Parts: sequence; C-alpha cells; structure tokens
Amino acid sequence: MSSFIGDWHALWMLLIVGVLPNEIWRVFGFLAGRKIDEGAEILVWVRAVATAIIGCVIMQVLIVPPGALASVPTPVRFSAFIAGFVIYLLVRRSVLAGVIGAELVLLGGKWWLT
Amino acid sequence: MDKAESPWSSSQHAFGKGVLAAFKTILTYTLFATYLGVGALAHDLNFSPLWAILATALVWAAPAQMILLTALGSGGTAVQAAVAVSLSAIRLLPMVVALLPMLRGPNTKSWHLILPTHFVAVTVWVESMRLVPSVPRERRIAFVNGLGIGVLGATTVSTLVGYNLAAILPPLFGAAVLFLTPISFLLTTASNSRMLMDRLALALGIVFLPLATLLNTGVDMLIAGVAAGTIAYAVHRLRASR
Repeated sequence: MSSFIGDWHALWMLLIVGVLPNEIWRVFGFLAGRKIDEGAEILVWVRAVATAIIGCVIMQVLIVPPGALASVPTPVRFSAFIAGFVIYLLVRRSVLAGVIGAELVLLGGKWWLT
Repeated sequence: MDKAESPWSSSQHAFGKGVLAAFKTILTYTLFATYLGVGALAHDLNFSPLWAILATALVWAAPAQMILLTALGSGGTAVQAAVAVSLSAIRLLPMVVALLPMLRGPNTKSWHLILPTHFVAVTVWVESMRLVPSVPRERRIAFVNGLGIGVLGATTVSTLVGYNLAAILPPLFGAAVLFLTPISFLLTTASNSRMLMDRLALALGIVFLPLATLLNTGVDMLIAGVAAGTIAYAVHRLRASR
C-alpha cells in the first residue's frame, strides 16, 4: 500500500510546487470572469488571445520537444505536422485522418532515418 | 409534451449528456494516449502511482505536469519548478474568463462555477466553447461538469495504465503519444474555428512563438499569445467596421 502512496514529502511538493502555481491562474480567471457580461466586447479579444496561446503551445512542443519526442529529428517533426494538416484539408476536414496521417509520417520518418 | 421527454429536463440529464460528449470527441482519445505517456514518465522518474493520479486530477494540465515531472525528477530546485509550472499555466486565465460568462445564468451562485473553472484546460475549453451555445442556459454548468468528469476520469485511468505499462512500452511509443498534443490541438482548434478571427489567432500564435523565444524573456507564450490574439482581434474589428 505504501508503494502506492509513496512518500509524503513528494505529495506535499506536488501540492505546493505543482498544483498551487498552476491553479492560481484558474482562480484569477474565475475572479475576472464571473462578473463580466456575456456580450462584453472584451470577451472577443480574450477568446482571440486564448486561441492564439493554443497556437503557442503547439509550436512550443514542436521546437522544444519534451521527453522521447526529442529523439525525433526536427525536420521529421515539422514534416509530420505539415503532412497532418494537409491530410486534414484533403480528407474532408477529418481530424482523425489528419492525426493518423501525421503519426504515420512521424514514425515512418523516425524509422527511416535511424 | 411530457417534461421528462426533453433531454435537458434535469441537471442529471445535462450532466449525463456532458459525460457522453466527452467520449464523442477525438480530443479525449488523444488526451488518453498523451496521459499514457505522462503516467509512464512518472514511473520512470520514480514518483508513486498516487502522486501521478493526483497530479492529473489536481494540476489537470499536461504541459505543466511534464514540466513538474522533469524539473523535480532531475533534481531541480522547488522554486525553479514552481516558476516554470506557473509560466506554462498563464494560458488558463483567458480560457476561464472567456468561458464563465457563457455558463452563468440569472440564478447562478459564484460557487457553482468553481468546478467548471477547475476543468478548464485546452480539451474541455475547446469542446465547451463549441457545444455550450446549443445547451439551455440553466443546464450549462451541469453539462460542463459532466464533460470535465468524463475527460478527467478517462485521463486519470490512462495515467495509471501508462504508469503500469512504462516498463514494456517501446521508446517510439513515447515520441508518438507526445506528438499527439500539437497535431490534435491544431486540427480540432482549426475545425472548431467558425470565425476568421479564431483561425488567424491560431496561425499567428504558431508563427509568433519562435519570434518571442528570440527575446529571451521566459514568458514567450504570454508575449506571442497576447500579440497574436490582439492582431487577430484588430483585423476582426477592421473587417466589421467596413
């Protein structure tokens, strides 16, 4: 049982170093968002910024790949990403087709180059 | 019409429809696979299974969890880890601000919005923004809670599965699941963007991030995201005024 829980110090670290610094931005959003009127013009801008940041997260993973993804050469990562988008456009805007296509290019490229 | 025949007749129904909606989007399945990778990483860096599933349920943001795992697992200081996690989480603020006014009705108490606020991360946000407008206002909070429980429940399971499979997963599997994040975020956000502004914001965010990295500020995403979002919004306003 104790191997499931691990040591308490690590769990406290999770709360203080992981949960709190992360959740605080949701709390700030809660405080700012609970009073704003749904028709407020500023919400259109906020949505644009939120969507743009998703674009940033996408690019961040491509240029600074985490963990095992770093073992895939940069040209292969970008080729797979572009291939996925092109396949998505060609196959009637199918997200599934795009994701599968991108993964096949990624794995094929990695296998071919190593 | 019998009232019970309406699919939105009760909060329980709305909650159930939210849970079902979680399993109708490909994002849940790609996130499931991504969290197999997060669970495996937690195993390899010697964190306990409880630690791994609590991180998924309470942090509930895959990039922050990977930063936390690698920072603590590689012996980095707690302060460095906390700062890196917090910088990655700023993106949650505009998502929460954009969603909450859509959920609130005339009788909504603030505390009703606490759980939906916690569920906000890219997957739940993207699906909520897409689906909530077609949900009756008084059922929206229950619907988003169902959606959040569905997605979070599935990924908590996959964190534990990934943790236990870590020893037998091939290294290529890790690369493949981590690559799901950028490609599925791109395609689902693109397919959910009804307005030119949303597509422009997404494209500019992708292009601006490497430029912001050159500035060496440590808050690349904040700078690139605000700049890209503001330009997309300005274009939207200019087109509307013509």
